[in-house]
Amino acid sequence: MFVQETPELREFRAEVANWLRENKPRPPKFRLPMSFLEVGTDEQFQYLRDWQQKLYEAGYLGMAWPREYGGYGKPQIYQDIANEEMAKARVPFVINVIGLSWAGPAVLRMGTEKQKRRYIKKILTAEEIWCQGFSEPDYGSDLASLKTTARREGDRYIINGHKIWTTLATYAKHMILLARTDPEAPKYRGLSFFLCPMDLPGIEIRPITKMTGELGFNEVIFDDVSIPADTLVGQEGQGWLVAVTTLAYERGAIGGQAGGHPSQILTASDVVELAREARRDGRPAIEDPLIRDELVKFLIMERTIELNRKRLYIEKLLTPGRPQVLRFMSKLFHSEYIQGLSELAVRIQGAYAGLFAGDPCALADGIWQRSYMNSFGFTIGGGTSEIQRNILGERILGLAKG
Amino acid sequence: MSGSDLLISYSDEQAMLHETATNLLAKRCTFEALRQWMETPEGYSQELWRETAELGWLGIAIPEAYGGYGLGAPELVSVMEPMGRYLYPSPFLASTLGAQLLLWAGTEDQKRSWLPDIAKGQILITVALMEADGSWEPHHVKDRAIPLGDGYELTGTKHFVLDGQNTDLLIAAFDLQGELSLFLLEPHEVSKLKKDPENLIDLSRRSCRICFDGLKVPGSALMTRDALHPLRKLHRLAWVLLSAEMAGGAEGVFQLTLDYLKVRTQFGRPIGGFQALKHPIVNIMIAIENARALVYHSATVFDGPEKEAETAARMAKAHTSDTYAYAVNRAIQFHGAIGYTWECNAHLFFRRAQWAQYAFGDAIHHRRHLAELLLD
Repeated sequence: MFVQETPELREFRAEVANWLRENKPRPPKFRLPMSFLEVGTDEQFQYLRDWQQKLYEAGYLGMAWPREYGGYGKPQIYQDIANEEMAKARVPFVINVIGLSWAGPAVLRMGTEKQKRRYIKKILTAEEIWCQGFSEPDYGSDLASLKTTARREGDRYIINGHKIWTTLATYAKHMILLARTDPEAPKYRGLSFFLCPMDLPGIEIRPITKMTGELGFNEVIFDDVSIPADTLVGQEGQGWLVAVTTLAYERGAIGGQAGGHPSQILTASDVVELAREARRDGRPAIEDPLIRDELVKFLIMERTIELNRKRLYIEKLLTPGRPQVLRFMSKLFHSEYIQGLSELAVRIQGAYAGLFAGDPCALADGIWQRSYMNSFGFTIGGGTSEIQRNILGERILGLAKG
Repeated sequence: MSGSDLLISYSDEQAMLHETATNLLAKRCTFEALRQWMETPEGYSQELWRETAELGWLGIAIPEAYGGYGLGAPELVSVMEPMGRYLYPSPFLASTLGAQLLLWAGTEDQKRSWLPDIAKGQILITVALMEADGSWEPHHVKDRAIPLGDGYELTGTKHFVLDGQNTDLLIAAFDLQGELSLFLLEPHEVSKLKKDPENLIDLSRRSCRICFDGLKVPGSALMTRDALHPLRKLHRLAWVLLSAEMAGGAEGVFQLTLDYLKVRTQFGRPIGGFQALKHPIVNIMIAIENARALVYHSATVFDGPEKEAETAARMAKAHTSDTYAYAVNRAIQFHGAIGYTWECNAHLFFRRAQWAQYAFGDAIHHRRHLAELLLD
């Protein structure tokens, strides 16, 4: 079995590349955020929303999602090719990542027919933005202990509690909400999963400033917020199962995302170019043997990410005994790779490493300093790297729980 | 090179070879057997060697015209990985490198005379390329061959000759009037050579120093006076094969450690529950997944454009060397005091890793070359 594209797929790849070349939006006058986690101004939001809508209308988002809900009903390979070409063309990221990559797949897999018809298409068009209400101030890695309550009253649930680190909450139309419906039950069994509207009385949103000075995530406080009971996904009390599956989509541990990339594309080759430009001790940084060694390490890592993505298609080449590991490790490896790469890119700059975005002399407009700082969003969000290692150790390798 | 251009493939033939090798070696290469074989002068089981010969492994990459199967690097890798996984000791690497160099650089007569018997596993061959300064560069050959009558006189000493004490045939590199040249020494010549076994850290491997001491060989021993290209390709093959072996070895020692983390209890629970051990073992697993990707990629592109093939092979050797080194280090540490006893099997892997990562260039060496390939 050879990973070789059929003429039809090659033609499709060329078509996507061509469309992207012609339709890639011009860079805006304002600074774009590094990822969907740091969207903080209306002009950033509008620009990114327009782009996603255009991508969808061109047919390059939701390619493998069912037609009856707004997708294009094609085999997954088409979306994978489109994703590769989008990354290659360095078009902007898609803004509605929470909808496209995890809330949407979760609804498609576990939602009711009515929910699928109600929500899916507007996720793809970016008409309705989604946010995620999982973490609370006192419950992060120990998510299942969360305290936000959902109390049943007739055909409504009344929500009370405090969510935090809620990306895109100020723009969101809906939230995937994990709340406790049975305070008496053991912690994993008392939770339920809702598709909570965000425009209801009793919801207060307080933006949080990140260490870069950017906005993007928020606190969301629920004070007797009444939501319809048909926003429940799965059965009452099954919320943990729905949440874990949703998190698996978020981490890429299960496939089925609508497509697009979640952040600006930065590659090891970009850092190589930076090393040609940056100078250390009076010479181009790329002549420093220690910098060269580090650069090569990242070029190797970058290649393994690409190769492992291809290996997913070669079933017999998955490692015996743990065929699912490539997907389970992808968030962990990729987020730490980007963090390490960004840190290296800053280190390469020598004396200029201390300049931040906005300084006229900052190299590459300080994008690597921003990237390094923002990279923690990916090594912490969606389950920290430490939690990922626990999951891999326990679920894939069968080690005892800590 | 962008992602969509990177090739990685796996044929049904590869899968079949991998499975056969895994099944056979898992059964036969018990730790008990390995410990017996490593005490013998030759270092391997001749009985198991004959069985692998009957399975056709020694002819995998020898063309059909010379009695082999006409396959290539991808199929070799598919048996090398299980060989590393189960610590199978044998002259397979030496024989494969020797056969391929003979194929790429030998005269038609030499190939016809020897390749069919090599493919059957009846004749052993190896390569003598390195000298006292330990350089891994194929063109760093100072030992000289001097024309003498119809033949040549060979001088100098080769080091790190893999399975040199076991071999029937020997290919050695010499400087012949300023030209990098290869000579094929036949059994009656090889038997005259003084072979000085090296005391290796890897007890399952054999190598020696060979002093040529003015050995005279006939003109027909000369394979080529233009050896740089075949030698570069040979090194590339060695990187790919050793990477496959090391990826397999890393998996083997990873499994050994993983089992221990599940059965060993302290403080009333299995030690694998402690994150200080759980997280590093996960890191090793991830490194092995990446190693397998690089190994099968390097095999896939082995016969492709040279720069691409060289880049892939050097990446594989650099990454698998580091991976295996890390895996064996943690294996011993995580076994606690039993881990550094003779009785514990961890050191069998440790020794293999210590040898293999420094054979044909270590990680630092290959990253330095990769920097030239990719950054300049």
